[in-house]
Amino acid sequence: MKNETRSEQFHPPSVIGTLLRKLHVDIPLFIGLVLACSLSFLILYSASGQDITVLIRQAARIGLAFFLMIILAHIEPQQFHRHSAKLYTLGVVLLLAVLIFGMVGKGAQRWLNFGFFRFQPSEMIKITTPMMIAWFLSGYTLPPKAKQLFMAALLIIIPTVLIAKQPDLGTALLVASSGTAVIFFAGLSWRFMAATALVLAGLTPVLWHFMREYQKARVLTFLNPEADPLGKGYHIIQSKIAIGSGGLHGKGWLGSTQSNLDFLPESSTDFIFAVFAEEFGLSGCLGLLILYLLIISRCLYIAVQAQDTYSRLLAGSLTFTFFVYVFVNIGMVIGILPVVGVPLPLISYGGTSMVTLMASFGILMSIHTHRKFLPT
Amino acid sequence: MKDPLAENRMFLSRTVAIFAIILILMCGLVGRLIYLQVVGHEHYSTMAKSNRIKVVPSPPTRGIIYDRHNRVLAENIPSYSLELIPEQIENLDKTLQRLQKLLDISDEKIAQFLKHKHQSKRFDSVPLLLRMSDEKVAKFAVVRPYFPGVDVHARLVRHYPYKDLTSHVVGYVGRINERELKSLPVSEYRGTHHVGKLGIEKTYESLLHGKTGYSEIETNAQRRAVKIVSSDDPEPGKNLHLTLDVDLQKTAYDALEGHNGAVVAIEIKTGEVLVLASRPGFDPNPFVYGISSKAYHALQQSDAQPLFNRALRGQYPPGSTIKPFIALAGLENKVTEFHHKLFCPGYYQLPKVKHKYRDWKTWGHGAVDMSDAITQSCDVYFYDLARTLGIERIHDFLQKFGFGEKTGIDLVGEKAGLLPSKAWKRRVKKQPWYPGETLITGIGQGFLQVTPLQLARATATLANKGHVVTPYLVDKNYHFKAGRVYPDEQIKLDEQNVDDVISAMVNVVHGARGTARRLKKGINYQIAGKTGTAQVFTVKQEEKYNKDEVTLKNRDHALFISFAPATDPQIAVAVVVENGGHGGSVAAPIAGKIMKQYLMPEVKTVDEK
Repeated sequence: MKNETRSEQFHPPSVIGTLLRKLHVDIPLFIGLVLACSLSFLILYSASGQDITVLIRQAARIGLAFFLMIILAHIEPQQFHRHSAKLYTLGVVLLLAVLIFGMVGKGAQRWLNFGFFRFQPSEMIKITTPMMIAWFLSGYTLPPKAKQLFMAALLIIIPTVLIAKQPDLGTALLVASSGTAVIFFAGLSWRFMAATALVLAGLTPVLWHFMREYQKARVLTFLNPEADPLGKGYHIIQSKIAIGSGGLHGKGWLGSTQSNLDFLPESSTDFIFAVFAEEFGLSGCLGLLILYLLIISRCLYIAVQAQDTYSRLLAGSLTFTFFVYVFVNIGMVIGILPVVGVPLPLISYGGTSMVTLMASFGILMSIHTHRKFLPT
Repeated sequence: MKDPLAENRMFLSRTVAIFAIILILMCGLVGRLIYLQVVGHEHYSTMAKSNRIKVVPSPPTRGIIYDRHNRVLAENIPSYSLELIPEQIENLDKTLQRLQKLLDISDEKIAQFLKHKHQSKRFDSVPLLLRMSDEKVAKFAVVRPYFPGVDVHARLVRHYPYKDLTSHVVGYVGRINERELKSLPVSEYRGTHHVGKLGIEKTYESLLHGKTGYSEIETNAQRRAVKIVSSDDPEPGKNLHLTLDVDLQKTAYDALEGHNGAVVAIEIKTGEVLVLASRPGFDPNPFVYGISSKAYHALQQSDAQPLFNRALRGQYPPGSTIKPFIALAGLENKVTEFHHKLFCPGYYQLPKVKHKYRDWKTWGHGAVDMSDAITQSCDVYFYDLARTLGIERIHDFLQKFGFGEKTGIDLVGEKAGLLPSKAWKRRVKKQPWYPGETLITGIGQGFLQVTPLQLARATATLANKGHVVTPYLVDKNYHFKAGRVYPDEQIKLDEQNVDDVISAMVNVVHGARGTARRLKKGINYQIAGKTGTAQVFTVKQEEKYNKDEVTLKNRDHALFISFAPATDPQIAVAVVVENGGHGGSVAAPIAGKIMKQYLMPEVKTVDEK
């Protein structure tokens, strides 16, 4: 009864709305995503130096990503539940394959080349890891016991280590956080979390020991970017200059001197937020953050509305991962987090992460639109 | 086993917790954004601007120097130079080695470059090779892509077409050295590599240099210019017109051939310097693009001292050329009369002193009056006059004609000569003045020293009947801008006395027994002159001066002062020929040629060889 009234609240008045509902599309989420992608075009046009081909490629990717999202939205959540273990295993095997056969790209092994297309298993594992953990934990009574926690931790650590070895610190971080988010939603005790945090803090020096030189350099640079203004600190300094010079209202669209004159590196990809901040100022930044917050809110609402434990855990985790994307990217660009290769979700130029993100939104829509309403 | 409701509640609370965490972290982001965009906005705006705006100096074009007939003495010619921006070169040593091999650059040029690099600002273009030949430009053009940060620039390079002829007047520009870098106004000399080092180039540096312009250029991260934001055009340096006449200068310089010496010619009515020649000169052009230390050493060590400006800095005993002034001093001080006669036995003795002061004419001139004494250059007459006057009156009178002090010509480095007095000797030599020293001062020997320029000026002043002439090289209008004002001085003289002395000087050239009588040939005006032969080498008592026995270095200096026309004086010329021997035979013809060319330009000067 309750559910029915709620569904009437969102009853779209138009033909398009009906069509979208038939497509298993969640309209508020869809609107949020379309808004974000439109913003992406706007900023990319400026950040790429008004390069139309960049926009066309981005449009192709977004189109593909939306297509994948709608396909996934049509699949019933039970199907995801059923294939979670298989997909996870496949993902881990592919990661191993990358390590063994992977071709060298950008000094890091991330790709599998299938001849006609290149595939990045770490992107797939971003979704399959939370699916696996959710599937595993939803089989037991929540909150999980120590034994299950240990198993879950192992399931997270395997892909995380494999990705970190590639090495791709950013993706490893996202995979770890998406898995951990599932455990958190599953009801991990606060006390245990505090204890783990302490242990992790103690392990930091050990972790430092195992980090690659360039990863160490990034962290050091983050801690003191001014020490090497033309070398390692250049990214962060130029990015801060871009953001700071934007001021309250920004320099206006296409007005970014930092990006247009090439002072800001990677202005179309990881550092696109700096361009946005320079052109649209604090007010624009607040607007973007609110848009992200609205998307997150809607996703959390979907998670709460989900009808089984697996769906809830998965939805919660995917939402949190999305937030981690936003936070890590912006945090890095504004200089409060170290530089790790995480794009600004939905905005940055670049294919694979966009597709993965849309896939997770597809799963969220699937969870929301396949709810079985209780008969009155 | 499973409790869906409890799970549902737990999940809801977890979702709320996550949402709270997300909100808090978002607030953290917003806080940081406010810090950067509101608090730090001004700071980062400035940094963004300095990131993209580069201030580039546009050096002004140096003023051109002309002679009085608009012939170019110093010009700027376009030439190619090989320049490096050290900051854009990854391996400077290797690049220099490769360039050295490719373009055959001397080690010295490399060392010079490294020195200049050291002095230059970041991202400044530092020249390695100036005045590249077309062949070298072509050679480099082929391999240019392999030399990032190295480029060929077209620059204006100073050129002196008359080379050694005008080197001592015009001077030259050279690379700014470390000492000059400290004293020059930094902003005015950004982008300028050269500064006047000598002569007019140095004296009028501020006028010739002009005003540096600046353009604010928007650059990208690769420092490539994107567009010009604003620009302030440079103000080119002022062109200078010298009073010098290159034709006369050439006549003087050529006439000095085979000797070291100096010629100065001044226009009497104005003080304009027509000739300021010092031989030997030197080619100033190598100094512009960096003379090799070997070549410089050779110039410095040469016995002929080509770098020494004899006209301005050479200090010589005036010899008999001082006699007209001593004569005038005697007349003005009323210690003698123009017609006063004296018997010259060929020597002069002070009372109670055995020492004989010799006349150049061993057997004496016999009975001479002042006119004869000047015409025949009788020494004994002037020993006597000098003794009567005393050194103090001689000093005071000669001082009025500018001896012993700088003429104030607009050239740097002028020497003042030496006009001795009792006070001077006590102060400097810590000795009393001896009467014998007065005698030899009377014939322009002893301590007395003058520069060729001083001689010319004193002659001009005499010709001008006491109206002091101040020599200058650049149009007077510029002097007032440069803060210099020339005194308009008149020495109080009895006109009759001046006319008497001048008439005696006319006799030097036109009289039957004049020491420079050869000059009167083929001229339609009268010359007033006075020969001089300055002893460099002291001949001992009872010894005879034998020209052939004396080495060239110790041979007498030949001098001649003159002005013409005697009735309406226009040009005054002073000539000093080092070790030239007799003034009348060596120095006088040079002055004669110049005056003839100046006063009778229609008659082609016939070489009197």
